[in-house]
Amino acid sequence: MPLRPEERTRLKQIALEIRQQIVEVTAWSGGAHIGGALSMADILTILYFNYLNIDPARPDWPDRDRFVLSKGHGGVGHAVTLAHRGYFPKEDLREFNATGSKLGMHLDSSKAAGVDVSTGSMGHGLSQAVGLALAARVLKKPWRTYCIVGDGESNEGSIWEAAMAAHHYKLANLTAFCDRNHMMIDGLTEDVMSLEPLAAKWTAFGWQVRSVNGHDFDELAGAIEFARANGDGPVMIIADTVKGKGVDFMENDPAWHYGGLGGELLAKARASLERMA
Amino acid sequence: MSTTEGGLTWTVYDADKLTQREIYGLVLTELGERHPEIVGLSADLAKSTKIGTFGERFPERFFNFGIAEQNLFGVAAGMAKAGLVPFVSTFSSFASMRACEFLRTDVCYQNLNVKVIATHGGTSFGSAGATHHSTEDLSIVRAFANLTVIVPADGIEAAKAVRACMEVPGPVYIRIGRGFEPRVYDSEDYPFEIGNAVEMCPGTDITVICCGPVVYHAVQAAKILREEQGVSVRVLNMHTIKPIDEAAILRAVADTRRIVTFEDHSVVGGLGTAVADVVAASGKGCAFEKAGIPDEFSMHGYPEDLMHHYKIDTDGILEKIGEVLGRDFEADEDWEDEV
Repeated sequence: MPLRPEERTRLKQIALEIRQQIVEVTAWSGGAHIGGALSMADILTILYFNYLNIDPARPDWPDRDRFVLSKGHGGVGHAVTLAHRGYFPKEDLREFNATGSKLGMHLDSSKAAGVDVSTGSMGHGLSQAVGLALAARVLKKPWRTYCIVGDGESNEGSIWEAAMAAHHYKLANLTAFCDRNHMMIDGLTEDVMSLEPLAAKWTAFGWQVRSVNGHDFDELAGAIEFARANGDGPVMIIADTVKGKGVDFMENDPAWHYGGLGGELLAKARASLERMA
Repeated sequence: MSTTEGGLTWTVYDADKLTQREIYGLVLTELGERHPEIVGLSADLAKSTKIGTFGERFPERFFNFGIAEQNLFGVAAGMAKAGLVPFVSTFSSFASMRACEFLRTDVCYQNLNVKVIATHGGTSFGSAGATHHSTEDLSIVRAFANLTVIVPADGIEAAKAVRACMEVPGPVYIRIGRGFEPRVYDSEDYPFEIGNAVEMCPGTDITVICCGPVVYHAVQAAKILREEQGVSVRVLNMHTIKPIDEAAILRAVADTRRIVTFEDHSVVGGLGTAVADVVAASGKGCAFEKAGIPDEFSMHGYPEDLMHHYKIDTDGILEKIGEVLGRDFEADEDWEDEV
């Protein structure tokens, strides 16, 4: 079902607030993986505010949909999204990265409410998502599992081990996104280690692939609706995104994979997001 | 002779005819009848690790992931997160090394209820050589927080360990051999508790602490020494490497003042090191030696030949005990000057 205009407006507003909060947390915490958090903010928004069957009051509800952030270094974006969705007070974000805090760079599922799986090391999340999807089959449960994989992360061989398994077991209850922001720490993905033709790779691994603009809620919704209706196997949504999306001086600059914000820079980041509104 | 426990019946005949791996497969299948939450996972080693027995009985609960051990452990973590109890079977060299970080970060960090059945431990893969020997696994996995590490002495103890691990609310690593190891126990009629060493032979002159297939040889050596030389050798089957039975080690220090460890594993970081930690921290004087695979890559050969070469069979244990008994050592009753 296409998004209604008011849904689209609402999602845009939430995504803006999440981006603004990511900027603030980056400033408070002394630094964060802000570029990749901003690139996937729209995917997180549409999942947590439109599609995931979850209840923030019952983070351990057995029948909830599962979400795995395979690119675990995007934890700052995930934490902000969870706070906005009501899993814990936004005030807790003040402690992001602080010593002994329940919230840090790579989220710990034993400490942060709403985090289904601990991730951080690259190439681990998709396998765990496959496990969750298989468990739903064994337990005859209706939940769906969603996973965001990084494009740089897709250099890891384990991603492709998981890809093979998801196809082999025809996991139609598994939907993955590739946050295709084209950048990794050392530069452009195609310069560091070519991924293209990425869609063809996933297709060859037996997945059904949808390529969308990862900042267009209508396109994202269309792909997710396709995945939910699809009964044949796993779906990969390659979401073309802009690293640092929304903060003009960060956009498409690999240097903003990780960084801190303060003073004039912080003011510029806030102003840029204001213009986005 | 047979015993029944939880609906399972074993006979000595079975234990003589079946390998540890076959017994594991049968026990897991029996457990699967009572525990619908158990799932079996392997990586193209369902036949080799005998988990296939479980898969034949419960095809909807058995998953083969092909030759992809990283994914194997990642998937197990995801399944455990959803409340299932995955039993993951692969060779111990792959479980501890190929999948190392997935075991550590996905399973142990999240303290998940995943049971690892690591087969072909130590040099038991014999002719396969160092690529398939597993002489570092205990050293590696012992360092993972939340993980219980068990090395059963024979098939009967493997059966007990597989059942007992269901009572542990977290990850367990059970290292078994390739099979064909001689039987140590006459029956299942002995107390097996995770974390408690089994005293196989009482003794006051020296204590041998060992695990896995070496236990059989240590018991043989103790019998020979008692009967032929009147030497009283205490043999502790330290089937649980972590948490280690500190009390049993401290009693051995106090009672015998001489300890030798034997293991089918490198002398770096395994059982011997775990025991040494306790002995050193005790502050008590004790002649102590570690025996096992030296700090080198193990060679090809028949498993029994390798155990002989590395002096962890009966002959080697006799030789080492002789050395340690002969060591000049202050054996007075005054502990004050040693602290």
